[in-house]
Amino acid sequence: MNINFTLIAQAIAFAVLIWFTVKFVWPPLLNAIEARQKEIADGLAAAHEGRSALEVAAKKSEFTLNEAKQKASEIIGQAEKRGSQIVEEAKGNAKVEGERILAGAKAEIDQEVNRAKEGLRSQVSALAIAGAEKILRKEIDANAHSEMLSKLAAEL
Amino acid sequence: MATAHADNAQHALTPSGYIEHHLSFNAQPMTDGGGFWTLHVDTFVMSVALGLLVMGLVWLVARKATAGVPTKGQAFVELVFGFIDDQVKNIFHGNRHSFIAPTALTVFLWVFAMNSMDFLPVDWVAGIVSFFGGEHAKWRAVPTSDINTTFALALSVWILMIFFSIKVKGLGGWVHELFCSPFGSKVWVWPANFLFNLIEYVSKPLSHSLRLFGNMYAGEVIFLLLGLWAATGVSGTIFGAILGAGWSIFHILIVALQAFIFMMLTVVYLAMAHESH
Repeated sequence: MNINFTLIAQAIAFAVLIWFTVKFVWPPLLNAIEARQKEIADGLAAAHEGRSALEVAAKKSEFTLNEAKQKASEIIGQAEKRGSQIVEEAKGNAKVEGERILAGAKAEIDQEVNRAKEGLRSQVSALAIAGAEKILRKEIDANAHSEMLSKLAAEL
Repeated sequence: MATAHADNAQHALTPSGYIEHHLSFNAQPMTDGGGFWTLHVDTFVMSVALGLLVMGLVWLVARKATAGVPTKGQAFVELVFGFIDDQVKNIFHGNRHSFIAPTALTVFLWVFAMNSMDFLPVDWVAGIVSFFGGEHAKWRAVPTSDINTTFALALSVWILMIFFSIKVKGLGGWVHELFCSPFGSKVWVWPANFLFNLIEYVSKPLSHSLRLFGNMYAGEVIFLLLGLWAATGVSGTIFGAILGAGWSIFHILIVALQAFIFMMLTVVYLAMAHESH
């Protein structure tokens, strides 16, 4: 167990090994590991970014969808309103038209009735004249008394 | 595992001879006198070879490291890398990548590899060496059970510790800290402060190196003691082999744990050197 030159030789060997490791072994390993760490970190960051972008896009699409839905329902509502309006309008028009037609018909009927009445009157007056003629065949001059008879018919 | 070959047992005639043989270094004197100028060739060769092996393997992977999908080899190296880096990050809050973290990786892998040599069956190692170098050739396979190795590492860390202390706080700041912490800057506590710091500076490398050395040395001795069962015959050999297997399995924990502790202490000491008190 004697201390001798071996100690110095070993110290030199140790120094050379340390130098070798510091110079040639450690740096490439460190570089490789750190480069990989950076790559992984970058990848994770990119993934994170992508995820947040996806989230934003999802939110945006949801917003747009909601907007579209709202718009669609608005349009549908408007259309329904417009439809009912048109129906109401049509109903109104139809009513007015019907009333107009009805009024026309009534007027026509009235006219017809009047015309019938007129006819009847003239027929009645003619009958009356004929009756009177039959009764008063000789005495009555149709021409002389027609004015009086038509006045009578108007009174009927 | 410690399965002693019969011929090894014959060479080491006594138990103490056997253990002594296995605990002797292949010491080569570099000058005529030897003494301090002696090199433990086994320790040195094994540690350098292991250092080149592990750091070379890591380097081969690191050289082709890609930021894309890693190969299985790169994934494993990155596992170790991440483990060390996490430990250093929790302790040291500076630019760890420039020096401390790679140093921690070196220390952990190298010490782990050197500790792992304990798993080589001691007598196989002795057998191979005696095949090449004759029956009295000595070879200790575990560099960390040589106190020179652990001291070399601990003292290197110690020097780095002082270097970073001075680099971060300046020479004046370091000397100021020597005298003014932990008890404060009053003149009459300077001797106490200095004594405390002195003890700390002495005890750090001692505890750092001796912990690893003690664990590895004791582990090796236990393998040798279990190897001695082979001297009692076939049943003893089998019994010793079973015990050796058990101790090997337990030793996996010690090998990893001691490498980890040594690495952590290195990081802690170097991190402490960066902190101002």
